[in-house]
Amino acid sequence: MSTLESQINSVNGFDASLRNRSTRAFRSARHARRYWILLSLFLGAGIAATLGLIFYNNPVPVDSPSFIPVVQRRLVAVVAMLIAALCHSFSTVAFQSVTSNRIITPSLLGYESLYSFIQTSTLFFFGATALVNFSGTGAFFLQVGLMILLSLILYGWLLSGKYGNLHLMLLVGIIIGSGLNSVSGFMRRLLSPSEFDLLQARLIGSVNNADAEYFPLVIPIVIITVSCLYFLSRKLNVLSLGKDVATTFGVKYQANIILILVLIAVLMSVTTTLIGPLTFFGFLVAMLSYQAAPTYDHRYVFPMAFAIGFCILTSAYFLLYHVFQARTVVSVIIELFGGLTFLIVLLRKRSL
Amino acid sequence: MAMNVTGEVGNHSQPPFSKQKKLWTLPFILAVLVVLMLGVISLFTGAYDIFNNEHGKEMFFITRVPRTIALMLTGAAMSMTGLIMHLVTQNKMVEPTTIGTTEWAGLGLLTVYLLIPSPSLVLRMTGAIVFSFIGTMFFFLLLRRVRLRSSLIVPIMGMMLGAVISAFSTFVTLYFNMSQVIEGWFIGSFAPVQAGKYEYLWFIVIVTMIVFLYANRLTLAGLGEEVATTLGVNYNRLIILANALIAVTVGIVAAVIGNIPFLGLIVPNIISMIRGDDLRSNLPWVCVLGMGTITLCDIIARAVIMPFEVPVSLILGTVGAVVFILILLRQRKHRRLR
Repeated sequence: MSTLESQINSVNGFDASLRNRSTRAFRSARHARRYWILLSLFLGAGIAATLGLIFYNNPVPVDSPSFIPVVQRRLVAVVAMLIAALCHSFSTVAFQSVTSNRIITPSLLGYESLYSFIQTSTLFFFGATALVNFSGTGAFFLQVGLMILLSLILYGWLLSGKYGNLHLMLLVGIIIGSGLNSVSGFMRRLLSPSEFDLLQARLIGSVNNADAEYFPLVIPIVIITVSCLYFLSRKLNVLSLGKDVATTFGVKYQANIILILVLIAVLMSVTTTLIGPLTFFGFLVAMLSYQAAPTYDHRYVFPMAFAIGFCILTSAYFLLYHVFQARTVVSVIIELFGGLTFLIVLLRKRSL
Repeated sequence: MAMNVTGEVGNHSQPPFSKQKKLWTLPFILAVLVVLMLGVISLFTGAYDIFNNEHGKEMFFITRVPRTIALMLTGAAMSMTGLIMHLVTQNKMVEPTTIGTTEWAGLGLLTVYLLIPSPSLVLRMTGAIVFSFIGTMFFFLLLRRVRLRSSLIVPIMGMMLGAVISAFSTFVTLYFNMSQVIEGWFIGSFAPVQAGKYEYLWFIVIVTMIVFLYANRLTLAGLGEEVATTLGVNYNRLIILANALIAVTVGIVAAVIGNIPFLGLIVPNIISMIRGDDLRSNLPWVCVLGMGTITLCDIIARAVIMPFEVPVSLILGTVGAVVFILILLRQRKHRRLR
């Protein structure tokens, strides 16, 4: 607040709470300073952990000819983490804003069930050779396309028209997910053990079996989608106030919601297909970033969410790989912490 | 709590108790007959030929009869717990699968396996019951504390809560290297049911009797704390009783059979669509339809890939999901849900 403004306020005798109101993103310079410090801290920690992941405990010396391949191999995992952090942080924050609800995540909508359903039914209907051949960019885009198509059908059907209802859409999404799980479980029962093994290897996702061959296509998609969301920040600021307020402000509620949900669907499908499901990671990230960024402006929340997500993923992998030697359970532990945060937040809520 | 219910208790035009409808009407007798027929079909479905085998009769009484009885008891029990939950929470989308009770029961089983190596069935059951009780109480307390903006948020929350519990279970199984023990549990199947392994399900009969005795009071509890207290019902005691009944049923079924999804949701909803919301006169109907549904699903599960069989929970999960979505859409047409 400028000095002139504050002088006028003090002359007019505004009370403190009113004076603190502002149309700017941060309430005070102190908040803004805290935001930038935290953002650089998280980014710094993330970069440090990344460097650690790439260079620490490298089995070959720097001057050896196999140093570069080792680094390249590790770089693939880091890029996968970067993509996962981008997708989950942006999609969860945007999703929570459009649903005006800070305790749900887009992973609820059954992307992973659909993913495992596609894989299982490919094997079930077309056999093992088809599943082995069902890889590469064509298959990748087919899957992502199917997931986006399903979300589009779901949104178009349940969100538009007279009966449009966000919660109903969510619930139907969850139920479709659990129904698909049952159907794939049913098909998996009918597979021979060798086919089942083949499938099992496909269904367990982690940053370490992310396929680098998809990167040239995935990275542009993710960057474009994420920047779209970022440029929609101002719209999101209004949409997060709810349907009535947003309409009053002249924002086309339904069209914008569907557009944003489609962007979210793109991000979620890409990350699920590339890395596999992470249910509570996005939740954890979004929750922490609301604490760290004391503003409702998405232009500031998004970067913070990304920084925190990247920092959590890289440092979790670094600590668990090189300090605790617990290789297999990284994603499980991230999920556990996300789940615990969810419980704490739920218990502190007064209204849902 | 009474304020935030957006029209979930739909039909207020129940007849007073003095003019209660007769139970043994023609449709009900027909329904019972159909269920009995399904039971008979279930008795004679299977890969083992009981007529032309030396031990046919023995096998019949060792596996087929217990299996059919187990089906009937489980079907009645799970749909009944659904009905009680709908009443007490005033929300028609609440049932053991949608509020995480099932996941809590799984965690209970896991805990027992952790504490005691190779536990007996009674111990496993106790663990499942205790944890289901904790889980259900937790959810109820949560529901009473928060102000709800939409009744649809309740199952969404419940399922996320269930996911948290199962994330925790996954962590525990991985940490203690027990995933094999618990692997098969979440897929409920009647295949291992045989004489000597299912008898605890008979406890469900006692639970059913208690529910019948308390039916009217539970209906009152469904009207909310203020109304129930005004009408002279100890609300808190009734809620604890309802939770205990739910926990005992879910715990027993979890330990003996496994996870039976969606039954408690679809059966009471279908019945209340047809008949309205009176617990006492609906209870027999809910039990009968529950028995019929699960028996039919189990017959399909056994017939579809003869001579093998698929777990009934997969069939029920698929059918249940479809029916649930249809119910949701139907409600949406009737009144705009908020």
